[in-house]
Amino acid sequence: MHAQDKVVDPNEVVLWSDDYEGHDVISTRTFGFWMYVLSDGMLFATLFAAYGVLSYSHSYYTGPTPAQFVAPWYTFIQTMALFLSVLAYGFAMTALKSGSKAGVVNGIIASMLLGGVFLGLNVHDVLRMISIGVTPETSGGLSAFYALTQVHAAHIFVGLIWMLVMLYQIMRQGFTEDTVGRLISLRMFWQFQAVMWVFIYIFVYLWGYMS
Amino acid sequence: MLVNVPGPWSPLLGRLALSEIPYTNPILAPLFIVIVLAGIALIAGVTYYGKWGYLWKEWFTTVDHKKLGIMYIILGLIMLFRGFIDGLMMRTQQALGDGPGDNGMKLMGAIHGYLAPFHFGQIYSAHGLIMILLAATPLLVGLMNIIVPLQIGARDMAYPYLNALGLWITTAAVFLIMISLFVGDFSHNGWFGYAPIFEMAYSPGVGVDYWIWTLELVALGTTLGSINFLATVVKMRAPGMTWGRLPVFTWTAVSANIIALTSFPCLQVALALVGADRYLGTHFFTAGFGGNLMLYTNLFWLWGHPEVYFVILPAFGMLSEVIPAFSEKPIFGYITMVLASFAIAGVSWIVWLHHFFTMGMGPYVSTEFSIATMLVGIPTGVKVFNWAFTLYRGRLTFSAAMLWSIGALFLLLIGGLTGMMLAIPAINYMVHNSVFVVAHFHMMLLCIVYAVFSAIIFWFPKIYGFKLNEVWGKIMFWLFSAGTFLVFFPMFMLGFMGETRRLDWPFNPQWGAWFDVQEIGIFVYVLSVLAFLWMLYVSIRDRHANRVHTADAWGTSRSLEWLTDTPVPFYNFAMVPHINALDEVAWRREHGFMDKKPDHFKAIHMPNNTPIALYIGALTFLVGFGLTWRVWWLTLASLILAVILMIYRSNKGDPGYIIPAEKMEEMDRESKARMLSDDSHQVPHGGGFSGGTVTAYAALDRDASGPLTPPSDSRHL
Ligand code: HEM
Ligand SMILES: [Cu+2]
Repeated sequence: MHAQDKVVDPNEVVLWSDDYEGHDVISTRTFGFWMYVLSDGMLFATLFAAYGVLSYSHSYYTGPTPAQFVAPWYTFIQTMALFLSVLAYGFAMTALKSGSKAGVVNGIIASMLLGGVFLGLNVHDVLRMISIGVTPETSGGLSAFYALTQVHAAHIFVGLIWMLVMLYQIMRQGFTEDTVGRLISLRMFWQFQAVMWVFIYIFVYLWGYMS
Repeated sequence: MLVNVPGPWSPLLGRLALSEIPYTNPILAPLFIVIVLAGIALIAGVTYYGKWGYLWKEWFTTVDHKKLGIMYIILGLIMLFRGFIDGLMMRTQQALGDGPGDNGMKLMGAIHGYLAPFHFGQIYSAHGLIMILLAATPLLVGLMNIIVPLQIGARDMAYPYLNALGLWITTAAVFLIMISLFVGDFSHNGWFGYAPIFEMAYSPGVGVDYWIWTLELVALGTTLGSINFLATVVKMRAPGMTWGRLPVFTWTAVSANIIALTSFPCLQVALALVGADRYLGTHFFTAGFGGNLMLYTNLFWLWGHPEVYFVILPAFGMLSEVIPAFSEKPIFGYITMVLASFAIAGVSWIVWLHHFFTMGMGPYVSTEFSIATMLVGIPTGVKVFNWAFTLYRGRLTFSAAMLWSIGALFLLLIGGLTGMMLAIPAINYMVHNSVFVVAHFHMMLLCIVYAVFSAIIFWFPKIYGFKLNEVWGKIMFWLFSAGTFLVFFPMFMLGFMGETRRLDWPFNPQWGAWFDVQEIGIFVYVLSVLAFLWMLYVSIRDRHANRVHTADAWGTSRSLEWLTDTPVPFYNFAMVPHINALDEVAWRREHGFMDKKPDHFKAIHMPNNTPIALYIGALTFLVGFGLTWRVWWLTLASLILAVILMIYRSNKGDPGYIIPAEKMEEMDRESKARMLSDDSHQVPHGGGFSGGTVTAYAALDRDASGPLTPPSDSRHL
């Protein structure tokens, strides 16, 4: 029996949505950002695939292999910096729940500083590798190594700029529908980058060191 | 880090030089003059009639999904025309160039035909890229843009500003590929590119760079769009619009955009890596230094195959709206239709290797991908049967829209069956890279074009308030179909005869007759283009006679977009409808509710217009152009400016504006008055059934009441 086959009383039927208040802005925005994260995940997946294909021994041509130049302990410090940064951002978000502006601002500043440490160490590491002749032009394998790690670093850089913008907006506008929505999106972004880093750390640095 | 380019380079102009402008080319130079003159005439005309303010306020800065959709469609039609001209040139080249000797003409340095190989290569590369990404995609995105929010009872897309951004970035891509005609040249490596010929060493010009950045821009625009569509459908459905009541077109939009969202990043990465090779000297796809040639091909088709389903699924959705409306029956097998869409979307991810079986990955891998490819045929077959059963014993009206839809079914059949043949590696080894493949995918893509024309004719009155001329619509259909037959039947034959694709010099004299038939075919296509333009002209001229006075323009339509006023007001629905059934409009018509209007109104919230999306679009064009010509300052400056604009917009936010309830009531009254009358006597009774009714009713109902009698008893039978 289909609903359509029932006799409908014209006086009872509901044709217009009287008490519909429209969609929820924050949840819509969060959903959309979640979709973006999905596409970002595909982007990293593709880069990982490229890295995997370009990590045979012949991919390194006659140049060095990761075992010869990665420094997992050094990168471990980066890992910790990023994790602590995510933690600090988490504190900012709990402060948001209690509506504390100072808490949010401090949390984001701490998160930014730690993110900055991560990025600084990354730049330093890249300079070190280049100085010993480990450049992206050396071989397909190194090209893939740089692509994967530096695309991630670029994401971190964008995240830092975003945090700066959020700091400005919170100070100027306080917690509006817009700023809160953005803070939630930024949290997703930041955590997602940390997750991606876990994969990079394991597959590129640890595995590279072992092989 | 940066690769040294052959030839001159200066910090100010990059690789740009006067010699890059082909002013001696006897085709491009006159074309350029014509375009400049037309542009001047256009600008003068707009200025003369004082329409700049109107264009700026109503179109360039709009965030209205309907207007953005219309602009997407105009963009798509223009590029369809450009791609068509490319096709015309290629057909003529092969018709003239066939045979062993040279033809003695030696036009433009060509020994065979009238185009030199380098020039010919650019034309087929641009043709493919344009048709798939800059014609089909914008046409489909445009139609989804207009129809999806209406079908789910939303006032706009979830992110109106992002929507505008998507349009303007796509437009930037169009400008980039168009400017490659007149400044520098385009890639000659085919629309999908081959490693390592697109590397700097073998393609030192800017052509490949144009190709990279055009593709990157469309990819960006389309990804943004797909996020928007998904959020819109998931979050903005009107109350009562449960998943089980979503129109099939919206369902296909969902499945297609899931594909787009997940697959376009693969393309972006693949091309970015090509870019890295060309700009930074990396070795992803080089022939030496540990690069991997097949990695590129894999990454490209990892996107490429899902992409072909991204374009066909919305077309399937359109067929699923048009066919029921003109069969006066609900779609047969709604649930299987939805499941089939998602099955196709899912399987489309595990078949990409069929584009290069000849890579030689061994029997096991080939078998897997062969079987997976053939699996796609199952849900596609389900769809074809559903359409057939919808037609079966329906009360068919062979309107122009219906003809296009039925034509699409035939093309789908031929394309699908030849696809099945190609899916068998043993056959594939024989015909891979032959024009048989080209004929296969043209059947598929023309199926989309047919569906798009069908959809444009079908939904046109909803947006503009008058119908397109039926007679000319049909004439165009028959001309177009004759052209399709004359061009592509010979192409299948030539494929069997061993003609490989992309030949600037088809050496075999025995092919000559087929080329001549194709040449006739392409001129029949020219006639159909003229018929299309004439159809537009006649329809606009007679628009008052063809005005639509009812919400439901065809009298037999089914889904929610037909509920609101014609033409659709900018706020879509004065009151958001409450959905009671699948095929809500058919249900309301059946129960005599179509003339029931809301008796009170509520204040609504609408977004403001903004020029920022347009500015950012323009800046992305400059980024692409700067990168292509290696003008670093331009690239950097445009990029930074774009980021600053984004931050500016984010800081400013958009509070939108509120239209109070009284104003809504007034506007609604005006909009209704414009429709003349929408009483139920305008609605043919029994025109179509609500969901779930069996076919036999069609005969029953016709006896029960004549087509135009008022439904005295509006209840169901
Ligand atoms: C029943 C479903 C389909 C099957 C089994 C199928 C199968 C195939 C196969 C095996 C190839 C590779 C041929 C070769 O290069 O040797 C191919 C190429 C192609 N197909 Fe399909 N296909 C199907 C549907 C579609 C659809 C729906 C579209 C587009 C809307 C499409 C567009 C293309 C394109 C564009 C190419 C070739 C691209 C190129 O090489 O430039 N196909 N198809
Ligand atoms: Cu395919």
